[in-house]
Amino acid sequence: MADATASDAFVEFERVQKSYDGETLVVKDLNLTMPRGEFLTMLGPSGSGKTTCLMMLAGFETATHGDIRLGGTSINNIPPHKRGIGMVFQNYALFPHMTIAENLSFPLEVRRIGRSDREAKVKRALDMVEMGAFGGRRPAQLSGGQQQRIALARALVFEPELVLMDEPLGALDKQLREKMQFEITNLAHELGITTVYVTHDQTEALTMSDRVAVFDDGRIQQLDPPDTLYEEPKNSFVAQFIGENNTLEGMVKEINNGLALVQLDDGELIDCQPVHESVKPGARTRVSIRPERVEYNKDRLKEGVHTLKAEVKEFIYMGDIFRTRLSVAGNDEFIIKTRNAPDVDRLKPGQQIEIGWLPEDCRALDA
Amino acid sequence: MLAADGTPLKKSLARALRLQKMRALALIAPLLIFVLVSFIIPIGSMLFRSVENGMVAETLPLTVAELKNWDAESNELPDEAVYAAFVADMVVAIANKEHTRLGTRLNYEKTGMSSLFRKSGRKIKNLDPATDAPFKDKVIDIDKKFGDVETWAVIKTHSVKITNGYFLNAVDMQRTPEGALAQPEDKRILIRLFQRTLIMSLIITGSCILLGYPVAWLLANLQARTANILMILVLLPFWTSLLVRTSAWKVMLQQQGVINDVLVWIGLVADDARLVMINNQFGTIVAMTHILLPFMILPMYSVMQTINPSYLRAAKSMGATNWTAFWRVYFPLSVPGIGAGSILVFILSIGYYITPEIVGGTKGVFISNRIAYHISSSLNWGLAAALGSILLAVVLILYWAYDKIVGIDNVKLG
Ligand SMILES: Nc1ncnc2c1ncn2[C@@H]1O[C@H](COP(=O)(O)OP(=O)(O)O)[C@@H](O)[C@H]1O
Ligand SMILES: [Mg+2]
Repeated sequence: MADATASDAFVEFERVQKSYDGETLVVKDLNLTMPRGEFLTMLGPSGSGKTTCLMMLAGFETATHGDIRLGGTSINNIPPHKRGIGMVFQNYALFPHMTIAENLSFPLEVRRIGRSDREAKVKRALDMVEMGAFGGRRPAQLSGGQQQRIALARALVFEPELVLMDEPLGALDKQLREKMQFEITNLAHELGITTVYVTHDQTEALTMSDRVAVFDDGRIQQLDPPDTLYEEPKNSFVAQFIGENNTLEGMVKEINNGLALVQLDDGELIDCQPVHESVKPGARTRVSIRPERVEYNKDRLKEGVHTLKAEVKEFIYMGDIFRTRLSVAGNDEFIIKTRNAPDVDRLKPGQQIEIGWLPEDCRALDA
Repeated sequence: MLAADGTPLKKSLARALRLQKMRALALIAPLLIFVLVSFIIPIGSMLFRSVENGMVAETLPLTVAELKNWDAESNELPDEAVYAAFVADMVVAIANKEHTRLGTRLNYEKTGMSSLFRKSGRKIKNLDPATDAPFKDKVIDIDKKFGDVETWAVIKTHSVKITNGYFLNAVDMQRTPEGALAQPEDKRILIRLFQRTLIMSLIITGSCILLGYPVAWLLANLQARTANILMILVLLPFWTSLLVRTSAWKVMLQQQGVINDVLVWIGLVADDARLVMINNQFGTIVAMTHILLPFMILPMYSVMQTINPSYLRAAKSMGATNWTAFWRVYFPLSVPGIGAGSILVFILSIGYYITPEIVGGTKGVFISNRIAYHISSSLNWGLAAALGSILLAVVLILYWAYDKIVGIDNVKLG
């Protein structure tokens, strides 16, 4: 599902730009192709333009430049109500003056679907989100999680091919959020709908999506399946934004056999995988290593890899893992994570150790 | 349940709370006293004044006692005892200069009573209740109206201390010896005036809704800068004197006024057939709609502001056209604002005085103008109080009806 070709493209953004005030571009150059049935998440910090993209797709904002296509036809000039796109809003937007059943039957009524048909569909949709008994209530009489389900059912009840969700779980507590994440992905896959999901929560993005588009500064920084995104970030923003990450800064000395030799600012040398195009001999670079890929047990390190001296600053016992903060090459916030296993030493603050890693786990990115 | 020291828990709790309650009461006491003095007492006194009627019985105590034995429907004059008592009462009243006030009071019920008491006063003063008996013929000699059965019937009918007479007058009836009867045809104006007040207030409320809704919508949906300017325009009338605004309408609407001039100039209206738009109901409705419009717009605006735009977006994303989204989603959510504005405008207009007085002419005046007339010109405060009480009751009944039909919980000011 990862490589969508133009032939089976369902949703397409082509060179889309958006400006609200005519001075700054909120969306700078958006290119995106989604096949039918994909669950794609737009992930990014607040203000990065995710909602704007969603609103352009739904038709509530017009693109300043570029083309948005749905099923091959350009929808730039189609009004929102004719696009047939289901939407779940962050605040749910359930109509407070209608009962749950009336809320669900609204999209069917405006489509002039007959009463008996309508009732059957509403019932099916309510059962689908396990809210069958609540049809007669008002939205205000439901809990946040229940309102969430109803909003989902309402977006799906008219059987749209594409559903957009803008931070739909933002207002729920952690436990409920995890449960709903699971239910939403299950539903989307079961019904085979194409979903564009917006969130600023990376865990949510990683656990739910087929592909994740990481947004920053009005651009997609990286568009990949979750595992690729986590393990092979293409630039320092993505590396920082997704998961926990350690950064060391230095200069590229040379590139040999596909490995870059980087001299850190305090003079020590490490081996890295050159990832970003800017990584050339003489260029500055930022090196990224995941905390769980750092090894300090000499026996487990490969022969001949470069190691770094480190001083233990803090040791935090977290139950299943140990989280240790080190001072490495001038960086006092260097984190390592180790599994709580019988053969693992518990480090003590002040202890001097040597750390290392596999060159492929250490990625040289843009400075 | 017992508290730690053995006293019942309830008692102990009450004691603990008492000090707190006293302190709270002391804090709000000035406000409470103010409300009591400026609001509840005047209303109470108005309600009381509409039924209070001590004057006849207090000024003519002996006469009223003697009249008890006289049958007003017998068509015969009262006997000597009544006349003797009347002279005795009048001598005292004249000495205290109370007889003219009594005349004014009785004049509300029967015209001519005021001058009767004023004129006869001087002559009755010369009679000595102790030595000049019998009085019947002498009193009738002083003014032959005292030989009229009806004069005595009026005194007897209105000698009760608590009367329904003012209320009967307020609904175009009168208190007679035979009981409550309708007023003569030419005096029945108050019920019509009540009806007119209600109908015109409804029309004014309706026009305010029609004109105010789009403005409130703009206010709630425009960009902040533009909305602020519009808001100033809405509030501008509040900074201008009510009299100035009303007079401005006079300038606009009169026959030689701006609107007629323009219509004549365009050729829509012939010069000799200029429209009459002022000093009638039309003028009152136009001017009052304009004056009360902000009271409609502001509650509507504050309710509309709370309507999340995502409701409309949700409706449209589900396939509703702009109109359906407005009518099925936005409008129902804005109804509480319409309700609040309508109650405000309706209640304000039902008691409005200045504008109808200035631009209403004779056909466009409200019941409040009649109340003002009775308070400051005819000095019939009892009738004015009765009219006011009825107005209060009408408003309360309408409020109750509104609560039953729409539900007062549905009224929001924001
Ligand atoms: N209606 C609007 N008018 C003007 N600027 C807007 C509007 N909506 C969003 N913006 C601006 O566009 C940028 C992106 O916003 P948004 O798409 O909501 O980001 P996100 O959903 O990723 O948090 C922000 O800087 C925001 O201030
Ligand atoms: Mg957003």
